[in-house]
Amino acid sequence: MEDEGVVLLGFWSSPYVMRVKIALEEKGIQFLYKEEENIFRSKSPLLLQANPIYMKVPVLIHNGKPICESLNILEYIDEVWKDKFTILPHHPYEKAKSRFWIHFFDKMIFDIGRRMWASKGEDQDAAKLEFLKSLKLLEEELGDKPYFGGDQFGLLDIALIPFSCRFYTYEMFCKFSVEKSCPKFMKWVNKCNERGSVSKALPNPYKVYDFVLEVKKMLGIE
Amino acid sequence: MAEVKLFGNWGSPFSCRIEIALKLKGVEYEFIEEDVYNDNKSPLLLKYNPVHKKIPVLLHNGKPICESVVILEYIDETWEGPSILPKDPYERAMARFWTKFLEEKCFPPMKQASWSTGEEQEKAKEEATELLKILEGTLSGKKFFGGDSIGMVDIVANFIAHWFIILQEITGLELLTHEKFPKLGQWLDDYLSCSIIKETLPPKDKLTASFQARIQAATTSK
Repeated sequence: MEDEGVVLLGFWSSPYVMRVKIALEEKGIQFLYKEEENIFRSKSPLLLQANPIYMKVPVLIHNGKPICESLNILEYIDEVWKDKFTILPHHPYEKAKSRFWIHFFDKMIFDIGRRMWASKGEDQDAAKLEFLKSLKLLEEELGDKPYFGGDQFGLLDIALIPFSCRFYTYEMFCKFSVEKSCPKFMKWVNKCNERGSVSKALPNPYKVYDFVLEVKKMLGIE
Repeated sequence: MAEVKLFGNWGSPFSCRIEIALKLKGVEYEFIEEDVYNDNKSPLLLKYNPVHKKIPVLLHNGKPICESVVILEYIDETWEGPSILPKDPYERAMARFWTKFLEEKCFPPMKQASWSTGEEQEKAKEEATELLKILEGTLSGKKFFGGDSIGMVDIVANFIAHWFIILQEITGLELLTHEKFPKLGQWLDDYLSCSIIKETLPPKDKLTASFQARIQAATTSK
């Protein structure tokens, strides 16, 4: 791979890519963004070369070396660009808590997220309830803090906020309101959305909803 | 009260990982045996890991840390001694990547190949073989996944070195052999000769007996 400084391979609707965009922006790192336009049908040679095992975005390429998996990338960014804006909490215990909650959320949303827009009836309802239960657990973790990172916007905030652009989609399919069920969580979402890095990285929720409708059609899911 | 406590189970590869790491760092700890396989979890475990209700849980100065890989990173950040993760940010990202690869990609088909039969088993065996080939490739020019000494990936690969090898012996499966995978075979020999590994892995005969009892129970309940 050529050394073009910092390159990010991504796809506009991926929350995992948004995590990296937010982190790079907060750190003030210049980067070249390459959109995988045809990600469902044919992946670019660069992506296949950079991430041959998973063939997924995001991939960060720094000095010609690829780093895959969004959480790995966030930790890498924080370790390399140390002097600007700290992403990870300082204390090992707080780091551990952030990592724990990210693993928890990622595992949950991988299954539950898809079931909320792709399935129907009881399965969809069960997914919705599981989703809300998870948000309530996160609300407890947030407590009275402005951010999950405390006074500072940090790792767990960056990891979670991109999924807020999918809330409208989940709400439309499952007929519920995140605001009504988890007002504290929405308050945190709104606070994060005030940050330039977040508003730049997150697409319009209506665009995301339209895209999911297209994907359903493409996959033949009613 | 002991400063460091570990909730685990004698037969669990996950709590074994933590014991390896603590011993590498020379940390004294109290091991609290949890009867997890009979679903007989203690109130303390449920208190310290209310979300997953699983072992291992590390308790340090009264604060719980859950999820084995999160605990490994915590141990590396908290105590001096041999490094579990490399110092270089890119090498750290690679170690984290391969750790996740082992856990999420490799172990499931390896377990499936061990416990299933017929077509399901054949499919799992094929998948596991392809993944072992990738792992074999990563050992090029290295004694351990961590380089000259054991690191995070080696610790997490304890499942392969001990649990999987024992399952292979019991079931007659010949997926991972010295002939098919010379580098992995050499890694197995070097890994199992490390004194900390030898003293921490559960006794082979006890684990063999426990697996055989499970196989017996599975076949008689059909």
